[in-house]
Amino acid sequence: MNKFLWPLIGFLALVVLLAVGLNLNPRDIPSPLVGKPAPNFELKQHDTKAPIFSPAAMRGKVWMLNVWSTWCVSCRQEHGVLVSLSKQKVLPIVGLNYKEIRGDSELDSTRYAEGKHLAEEESLSRQRIGQWLSQHGDPYALTVLDLDGRVGIDYGVYGVPESYVIDQNGIIRLKHTGPLTPDVIAQKILPLVGELQRNGGRP
Amino acid sequence: MLRHVRHVCAILACALCLNAWAVVAAPDTSTHEAAPLAADPVAEKRLQSLAAELRCLVCQNQTIADSNAELAQDLRREVRSMIQAGQSDQQIIDFMVNRYGDFVLYRPPVKGLTLLLWGGPIVLLLLGLFGLIRHLRQRNQILMAQAPVSAEGLQRAEALLKQKD
Repeated sequence: MNKFLWPLIGFLALVVLLAVGLNLNPRDIPSPLVGKPAPNFELKQHDTKAPIFSPAAMRGKVWMLNVWSTWCVSCRQEHGVLVSLSKQKVLPIVGLNYKEIRGDSELDSTRYAEGKHLAEEESLSRQRIGQWLSQHGDPYALTVLDLDGRVGIDYGVYGVPESYVIDQNGIIRLKHTGPLTPDVIAQKILPLVGELQRNGGRP
Repeated sequence: MLRHVRHVCAILACALCLNAWAVVAAPDTSTHEAAPLAADPVAEKRLQSLAAELRCLVCQNQTIADSNAELAQDLRREVRSMIQAGQSDQQIIDFMVNRYGDFVLYRPPVKGLTLLLWGGPIVLLLLGLFGLIRHLRQRNQILMAQAPVSAEGLQRAEALLKQKD
């Protein structure tokens, strides 16, 4: 083989390597939680009359946990997709509202740091959530408040929106980081949910 | 010419002063963002060293010690409360890895999946050295074959070298 061909081959290999590498999504970090039990939590619901919610209440169902916030721009982008998914009545979606007040960089949240003025923070959160849901539609079976983001940490949340599909036995089967799109719903979520529902938790 | 040199010196001196001033005026912003665990310097040191080992997942090229992102602050708070609860460094690292995966470690662990990452540079270096040595040997042989040096030529070369001294 011509010795001048080798540098060319090397160059092409490098181009292929870089093309693949640069097209990967650096935000798509594989979650170690997939295949493991969903971390437990106990959080107040947006609906003040509803009891404390814990994932154990969803045992026996395939459900989705969607982490969102009203200050999160991509959540707005995703919201319509969630509303139409909820209309299909395939699986219940539980909204985990993540740091509604303390995560909003537009607000001066030092007043609420470390849980100072918790009652005020809670009612302000409820007000903002209620306004958002009545304005954009409510796809959630229920919404819980993660005011300080501690539950978010247990679920490995590092940027909202994030969504988890959890099976009948409480095992996390899928994590999607970033806004859900109709493509993701059709190609990843719905097939997985169908399979889980048919096989009773064995994918 | 001399004037120019003076100018440059003056500008350099100014720049140095400004630099020093900036360092004095803004301490702590570059490396140690974590708020101190005021009472306990030992615990504070542990927090700093742990935070420097953990990646901030929002701004991925920073550690949670360097980053001022919302999540980094939360994770520093978590680490701080675990230190206060008397957990070991390994327990704290495990807590993070269980939630965020190996990616949260600034120094990836050596295992099957990361062998290429750790070994790749050495392999490339060895390949390069091997190629270089082969190439040099071949070139030598070709040169020797093309133009063998005669005894007369060697003498002339030595004479020339001595002249130089």
